[in-house]
Amino acid sequence: MLETVEADRPAEVAAAGSPEARRPRRELLPYALLAPAIGLELLIHILPMLVGVGISFLKLTQFYLRNWKAAPFAGGDNYRIAVEIDKPAGRALLHSFEVTLAFTLLVLAISWGLGLFAAVLTQRAFTGRGLVRTLFLVPYAMPVFASVITWSFMLQRDTGVVNHVLVDQLHLASQRPFWLIGDNSFLSLVVVTVWRTWPFAFLCLTAGMQSIPTELYEAAALDGAGITGQLRRVTLPLLAPVNRVLVLVLFLWTFNDFTTPYTLFGKSAPRQADLISMHIYQNSFVNWNFGTGSAMSVLLLLFLLAVTGLYLLVVNRSGEPRTSDA
Amino acid sequence: MRLTRITTTALATVLAVVPLAACGSDKDKAGAAGASPTLTYWASNQGTSLENDKQILTPELAKFTSQTGIKVNVEVVPWSDLLNRILAATTSGKGPDVLNIGNTWSSSLQATGALTQFDDATMAKIGGKDRFLAGSLSATGVPGKPPTAVPLYSLAYGLYYNKKQFAAAHISQPPATWPELIADGKKLTTAGHWALSVEGGSATENVHNAFALSQQQGGEFFDSAGKPTFDTPQNVAAIKQYLDLMQTDKIVNPSDAEYSNGTEALKDFATGKTSMVLWQAAAGSLKQLGMDAADIGVAPVPLPSPAPAGGKKVTSMVAGINLAVFDNSKHKDAALQFVKFLTSTPEQQLLNKTYGSLPAVADAYSDPAFQTQDVQTFKDILNTSAAALPAVAQESQFETLIGTAIKNMFADVASGKTVTEDDIKSQLAAAQQQLGG
Amino acid sequence: MREPTWFRWTRRVGLSVLSGFTLLPIYVMVTSALKPLADVQGNFAWFPTRLTLQPFVDMWHTIPLARYFLNSVVVSSIASLASVAIALLAGYAVSRYRFRGRQAFSVVVLSTQMFPGILFLLPLFVIFVNLGEATGLPLYGSRLGLIITYLTFTLPFSIWMLVGYLDSIPRELDEAAKVDGNGPLGALFRVVVPAALPGIVAVAIYAFMTAWGEVLFASVMTDDSTRTLAVGLQGYATQNNIYWNQIMAASLTVSLPVVIGFLLLQRFLVAGMTAGAVK
Repeated sequence: MLETVEADRPAEVAAAGSPEARRPRRELLPYALLAPAIGLELLIHILPMLVGVGISFLKLTQFYLRNWKAAPFAGGDNYRIAVEIDKPAGRALLHSFEVTLAFTLLVLAISWGLGLFAAVLTQRAFTGRGLVRTLFLVPYAMPVFASVITWSFMLQRDTGVVNHVLVDQLHLASQRPFWLIGDNSFLSLVVVTVWRTWPFAFLCLTAGMQSIPTELYEAAALDGAGITGQLRRVTLPLLAPVNRVLVLVLFLWTFNDFTTPYTLFGKSAPRQADLISMHIYQNSFVNWNFGTGSAMSVLLLLFLLAVTGLYLLVVNRSGEPRTSDA
Repeated sequence: MRLTRITTTALATVLAVVPLAACGSDKDKAGAAGASPTLTYWASNQGTSLENDKQILTPELAKFTSQTGIKVNVEVVPWSDLLNRILAATTSGKGPDVLNIGNTWSSSLQATGALTQFDDATMAKIGGKDRFLAGSLSATGVPGKPPTAVPLYSLAYGLYYNKKQFAAAHISQPPATWPELIADGKKLTTAGHWALSVEGGSATENVHNAFALSQQQGGEFFDSAGKPTFDTPQNVAAIKQYLDLMQTDKIVNPSDAEYSNGTEALKDFATGKTSMVLWQAAAGSLKQLGMDAADIGVAPVPLPSPAPAGGKKVTSMVAGINLAVFDNSKHKDAALQFVKFLTSTPEQQLLNKTYGSLPAVADAYSDPAFQTQDVQTFKDILNTSAAALPAVAQESQFETLIGTAIKNMFADVASGKTVTEDDIKSQLAAAQQQLGG
Repeated sequence: MREPTWFRWTRRVGLSVLSGFTLLPIYVMVTSALKPLADVQGNFAWFPTRLTLQPFVDMWHTIPLARYFLNSVVVSSIASLASVAIALLAGYAVSRYRFRGRQAFSVVVLSTQMFPGILFLLPLFVIFVNLGEATGLPLYGSRLGLIITYLTFTLPFSIWMLVGYLDSIPRELDEAAKVDGNGPLGALFRVVVPAALPGIVAVAIYAFMTAWGEVLFASVMTDDSTRTLAVGLQGYATQNNIYWNQIMAASLTVSLPVVIGFLLLQRFLVAGMTAGAVK
């Protein structure tokens, strides 16, 4: 993703000198190679998205579902409903946005932290390393719905293992707490998501570390750097390119996550854990107001575009000198 | 036993492979020829499992095919998917020919125009309007417009109670008034045992109960012009009354706030963990869950005492399943024949007996199976003290908004917070604005 | 290099805690799948007192699990294979050629990662239905529609990973193949594909897992005959009773093939990512 943004200059340089550029007939080949991908992207992503943007300007409720081309033009009404934060609908959307942002940042920070921690701990060979590495990857390999269903079973108030440990065995609480409703539902959602997200961070960081030449560590050790010193001086700087992508991908996946809350809570999530994807789903499919739902989605998309753009800008500016160093 | 199971598994696998070859749907190809059309029927989940429904319906569909030559492909759609699938079918114009809908969705779906109108001429084709119970017919669409569905299975809420546990607590009669319910409930609640179970995490159950209680208080969720009137004192009182079962009366286990599958509260009752449950006709399920038929008692939902000013004698919503014909169906006549078949007296008797629901046509009650005291109780409730949920186009949004609000308030109560009348009022006001906006 | 004692202890403790966290749900899943229904509905017990394999028998009857399983296998495998093929062609073009629109293509494709699925669920559905009617191809409600949807979902990340991987393969290899008389496609399939195998396998795994676990689109775009596991498994909870033991047995059964496949192939994934992510 980052590579594409900076690819600009080398691409032109290459184009000027490459043999392909001089032979125009060959120019068609790359387009032919891209054609299937472009066609599918147009059909599945671009066209539906444009239709979605169109719908956001329509008053598309159940009355017009059957002939939705006849739905009246709503102008900016749907957007007004979504952003009027002094009205319940707008307030609920803002609340859901805040919950999602807090959720995403927490999951991102914890997953990345755990991933780095485990990757550093398994960097040097020791007995059982292969086993531990394999084990850590299992949550990522498991289908989301299967593992989240298991979590929802574990988080049941009366029959779940979590309360069995906390209340029956450790006596940390006298009353059995709820985990799937009320205030704790947010915490549950974070823990469950971290459980299945951090292995991905672990995987990427482990892969990144494997490509760091050992000589660099030896050189650092000769300079007197201990374990933490090597981490700071060698590992982290050299992981920067991995991190730039990893953080962005994790952010986008977590922010748009639908499967986890849907499987954990069902069609309507508790207020405290009302992620934005669920919120929009409920507005569109449960309340049958696809115009408003689409308007909310478009706002969400704009936000994500802005965040990603800004992120790439900042990261590329600060990241470039490092890459050329390495 | 083991052998048959293995055989069925093998068969199921083989059957599953067959449609793979087609890699998609071949439903359209058969139809156009005209000679003997094939109908697609979406049945809702009425039995103990989707497979169970299929087993029950298959021989009946075979009967219909041998009578008329019309083939029917049935798909049992789980409740969690049904409304989405109908929405998808409405949007695309590509759906089943005949389908089951929750009767409370009738007005909402009527507004989409996707379902065939049962005007008098159409009604005549399926045997006339008068065959159906008036109460069930009241939940088929907005009054004054031709309905877009006919009742198929009728249901009502009652108070199920465990006769053995009542006797053990020296209570001779099921409670008839709300204060009696609370008093009996306190007697029946002991350490580790609760008097009543509720499905507190289920938006639908919540809103159905709140509706009946609101009617008792003289409340309405929509005025005669169809404008929402959620935050009236009557509605607040009704919801408070319902939440207080857990909050102040403490006869409901706080765990019930987590119950959302539409099964857990009933299961607690069936297994004796609770002594009462407010539920739709469920004798079949209770027996299947292992409850002794002799212990099952049912009475109308208690009424407030003294009766509030303007209160109505309503103990239940008109619950049930309706049958509709998709307007885009290419085989409307065949579809209507199928509707006529499913609502015919013998089918009504057989299917409702199997599912434990009540027939939607009056003639079907001649069967001795519907002369039992249980069925009589529900029939009386449907005839005398049941009211249809608001027949407005926004009905399904209303159910979601109010039901979810109550679910969240149950969650608050269960985790030890106090929910006051002001809290309820502001929640209702917010829901109302969301519907208006 | 000698490790300080504190590091060894941190490793022991840290990895033990993380292993416990990772294993807990798996342990619960396995043991609960072996308990009779009554035992999973009561208080939780660490060790099953009565072991039974009955849930593994019953789970096939409560819902048509075999059919869902088969649907998932068909949809996920085809989507994954097609995704690899298409991503490979696109990735090769982006990696080896400098052409007008190259950057625009990359940016647009990758930015689709940001699209909230919910935004285009309904439009895609409507497009499928209309397209199906115009062309006679059954897109809605069929496996084909789901396959196309999933393979497109996985394209952006797949292309990105393959571009990275292909970039790491020396161009001299292509040139050598061309000298030997191969055209560009010959070079791609004879030389580049074998060299890029780890990256290709990595992409295939990723695409397969994405398709295997997707819920939102599958819930609207399938009917009873084409439903996949991700949606179908919820059938256990909407019945008369919540068969937790069967849910756990089924979850275990549907997880095993993916997890085993993933673990067998994970070294490719690491290798693919190493090349793709670190440049």
